[in-house]
Amino acid sequence: MNEWITYITKYFRVFVPASVMTLKVTTFGILIGILLGMFFALMRISKYRALAVPAKAYIWVIRGTPLLLQLLLIYYGLVGVVKMDNLPAAFVALGVHNGAYIAEIFRGAIQSVDRGQTEAGVSLGMTRRKVMRRIIFPQAFKRALPSLSNQFIIALKDSSLASSIAVPELLLKAKQIGSANFKLMESLSVAAVFYLVMTSVLTIITGLIEHALKTSSRQA
Amino acid sequence: MIKIENLSKWFGKNQVLDNISLNVDPSEVVVIIGPSGSGKSTLLRCVNFLEKAQRGTISIDGKVYTQKSKKLNLMRQEVGMVFQHFNLFPHMTVMNNVIEGLTQVKKIPKSRAVELGKSMLDKVGLLDKADTYPAMISGGQKQRVAIARALVMQPKIMLFDEPTSALDPELVVDVLEVMKNLAGDGMTMMVVTHEMRFAREVADKVVYMDRGRLIESGTPDEIFDHPQEQRTQEFLSRIL
Repeated sequence: MNEWITYITKYFRVFVPASVMTLKVTTFGILIGILLGMFFALMRISKYRALAVPAKAYIWVIRGTPLLLQLLLIYYGLVGVVKMDNLPAAFVALGVHNGAYIAEIFRGAIQSVDRGQTEAGVSLGMTRRKVMRRIIFPQAFKRALPSLSNQFIIALKDSSLASSIAVPELLLKAKQIGSANFKLMESLSVAAVFYLVMTSVLTIITGLIEHALKTSSRQA
Repeated sequence: MIKIENLSKWFGKNQVLDNISLNVDPSEVVVIIGPSGSGKSTLLRCVNFLEKAQRGTISIDGKVYTQKSKKLNLMRQEVGMVFQHFNLFPHMTVMNNVIEGLTQVKKIPKSRAVELGKSMLDKVGLLDKADTYPAMISGGQKQRVAIARALVMQPKIMLFDEPTSALDPELVVDVLEVMKNLAGDGMTMMVVTHEMRFAREVADKVVYMDRGRLIESGTPDEIFDHPQEQRTQEFLSRIL
């Protein structure tokens, strides 16, 4: 036990910045993912095929291929097109990947809002856009939250794949330290605890937001 | 005020409105009755273009509208609608439900909108519920809020789509009372309802519809006491 404590204190200074890097990749991935997700969800439900079809294609391709492959493709494969450092490549890959899932989460949530809500807004003389912004989206967002928080947790864990393009995040650092002093078991276990703490905090935060938004009910 | 001419509508192959023509004069209260599936709600929803009829024309206040009219949103400000299931916005307080159209559509400043909202909620007897959410009030109260939400826009016409059908019997009275007062104030109204007492007392004109057709129309006395068509007679004998 003592050995473990010594180990953790000794490498704490490495694990903390590595975790910060993990959080950074996750945060950017989620933010880009939310933006893309909102955008593609609206495209996907459009009655215009020219908008809906590209959105469907995006979701189809991204959900149908592994994130690791997407990561490698963006970092190594796009070299000829754009030169990106490994960190921005990780942001983009994670963002594009999560965008597809978040688009589907938003789409489902938007479509789950009763049609009567749109009709009520429209019959007040609101434009479709205003109905979406004022009436549908606030309700849809509330419904999307449980699925979104689930997706955020997945994103946090998926950020570990960025280790494959040498982003110095938690898993890569844990592997490096573990290999260097032949204590891979200890090192990976510590990393696991760090991941668990981060996902737990994320769960608590999204839970608090859900609770705060629960002031009103779905039935009216 | 409302002029419906030769309106026909199909859902797929199923014809739900068959060549309907109907006039509603200013301050007239027209009540549409008929069995379920007769197309009466669809007809009402065609008036403010929540549904699109494939044939025929609708003019409101002398202007002809189509599904593509740019002015549809302006027209809808003049035509209030009340739904069977209230369709209040659950994420807004009662007050914010009522003033949403004022602030967002008519661009009236919030403070003025709240004033108007207060007087309208007072009118339907729900001023004390202004700060509660729709989930916290009864069905009858919800429907009165929905009426206030429509009325605060100062529409020239009000459409009621089975406004009491989703309510417990003892809550129906309050809603009908509000509607009666409105009719008394001279509002032009089109009402789809199963409340025959209301139709008899308040309507200027009763319209009987069956299977997408307008079978007959007339004063309440004519329709309820001397129906000319056999289908009207059968319908009334079943429900009265």
